[in-house]
Amino acid sequence: MSPRRERAMVEPAEFRSYYGRPILKEPAWKQPDVPLYLFLGGAAGVSAMTAALADVTGRAGLARVGRLVASGGSIASVAALVHDLGKPLRFLHMLRVLKPTSPLSVGSWILSPFSALAAVSAASEVTGLLPRIGRLAGAGAGLLGPPMCTYTAVLLADTATPSWHEAHGTLPVLFAGSALTSGAGAALLAAPAGEVGPAVRAGLAGAVAELVAEHHLETGLGLASEPYRTGRAGKLLKAAKALTVAGAGLSLMAQRNRAAGVLAGAAYLASGLCTRFGVYAAGVESAKDPKYVVIPQRERIARRSEGR
Amino acid sequence: MAEYGTQPRMGFFTDTSVCIGCKACEVACKEWNGVPEAGGLDLLGMSYDNTGALGSNTWRHVAFVEQPKPAESTVDLGMPDVGAPGQDDPGVRWLMSSDVCKHCTHAACLDVCPTGSLFRTEFGTVVVQQDICNGCGYCVPACPYGVIEKRESDGRAFKCTLCYDRLGAGMEPACAKACPTDSIQFGELDELRERADERVRTLHDSGVPEARLYGHDPEDGVGGDGAFFLLLDEPEVYGLPPDPVVTTRDLPAMWRRATVAAVGAAAVVVASFLGRRR
Ligand code: SF4
Ligand code: SF4
Repeated sequence: MSPRRERAMVEPAEFRSYYGRPILKEPAWKQPDVPLYLFLGGAAGVSAMTAALADVTGRAGLARVGRLVASGGSIASVAALVHDLGKPLRFLHMLRVLKPTSPLSVGSWILSPFSALAAVSAASEVTGLLPRIGRLAGAGAGLLGPPMCTYTAVLLADTATPSWHEAHGTLPVLFAGSALTSGAGAALLAAPAGEVGPAVRAGLAGAVAELVAEHHLETGLGLASEPYRTGRAGKLLKAAKALTVAGAGLSLMAQRNRAAGVLAGAAYLASGLCTRFGVYAAGVESAKDPKYVVIPQRERIARRSEGR
Repeated sequence: MAEYGTQPRMGFFTDTSVCIGCKACEVACKEWNGVPEAGGLDLLGMSYDNTGALGSNTWRHVAFVEQPKPAESTVDLGMPDVGAPGQDDPGVRWLMSSDVCKHCTHAACLDVCPTGSLFRTEFGTVVVQQDICNGCGYCVPACPYGVIEKRESDGRAFKCTLCYDRLGAGMEPACAKACPTDSIQFGELDELRERADERVRTLHDSGVPEARLYGHDPEDGVGGDGAFFLLLDEPEVYGLPPDPVVTTRDLPAMWRRATVAAVGAAAVVVASFLGRRR
């Protein structure tokens, strides 16, 4: 019996629960570890692609930044993942099987070779040793870059957490867009102004994808959209949108004005952080309140019995 | 022990209409499985239920639902109740239900486990191999019933094993053994399903129209539960999801969408390098 029955007037629909207690368990992952892992993985993926292409088109400065970010980002991402484990020393158990039904298994098989290749190419970049091997490793990391951007969306969506699961069509687009702006942000922040043209263009495309996907999260998922609009998640996602718009605007001046480029980069990166922390917070919120489980499932039952 | 490949699927049928809320199952489970205490002497202050929920340290959980007695109920099931005799106010009634891991046919926890620690036993049950689990915690949000949980003191995930060790020795699980009213029944799943249908018919015929089965249907969103229930009210009243679906049912669609988005991101990066030299 739910005390909420008495408050039916303020609830979106009447529902019953066991003393208002949650039905689902909240995601057991630590903050900030896992949101950071999502952010760093995306930024690293796009940076590796950028580095590989900057390399073949003769943009040495951009390639250098891309390689360093790809390697630093992915290694930090692995570290965050390991730190989050209940038994960190057992990280290698992730690699004892490859299970397509487990996005974390698939992800570990993407992240591990990616970070190794990115590290080799960055080491060669910094030391100037084995340039050939460095370029090859960089190209390999570049090829693993695209899956790095989106597997984390499947990781979140493949749960019973209502606001993540319901968003399974949208999160990959959001994470791809957010990875593009984060990767562009790192390049704008650190690469020579004369070489950031590709980052500016990629960032703009990413910003559009991100804003469209964010809008859909906030309005298109029925009751599961509510946690994206309200509370801490709502604030973070609002900030993310404003920062993305600011970053996109400033990036238009990045090739003429170094300061504008640095600001644009910082805005993009801050936006990426807000997006990942916001999406994470929304999921946690949706697991806490049984209404996000009961009401949509009741509606599903009603639709079925009406034969629609 | 049955010959390889001939072992039938085993499960629980929990008939909540005869549960008296004695919590013998909770105690027997803790004793047999060495499950640590959940939170000392925490009183939740909401009902006779101070266990609260299933979790890493509670593999059986007896729910106590206190609600206004339905006036139309004609048959006394012997549930304890309160209220003056011979008054219009029918008073309150308690519904008790001993909850447990559902040992789903399509188990999300098992699907998403990246280490292969969670596996399906020869009895058709779902068990964590503790020497493999690395405490990634992915199974926790994947379970549509909120059952499995990471044990804080240990870092790994724990839940009901349906007494895998006892089953291997030809014994019934500790909770079923301890249950004084046979509310928890252990056996071959097919046979339990027939027995449950029969019990619902009996209750309906004797004027308990609210009796219904939960988790018995192999066509439901998780392919049916290995541990299913007879309830006297809607599932959500007992803290159960009304229409759970295994999250991995949508996984092919998710991977497709992620692939399209990844290709899109790659195309954007490639295109951003085309044309202009700057
Ligand atoms: S109820 Fe949850 S923990 Fe138990 S088998 Fe099903 S998904 Fe796994
Ligand atoms: S916490 Fe253990 S059982 Fe759960 S998904 Fe991770 S490795 Fe598997």
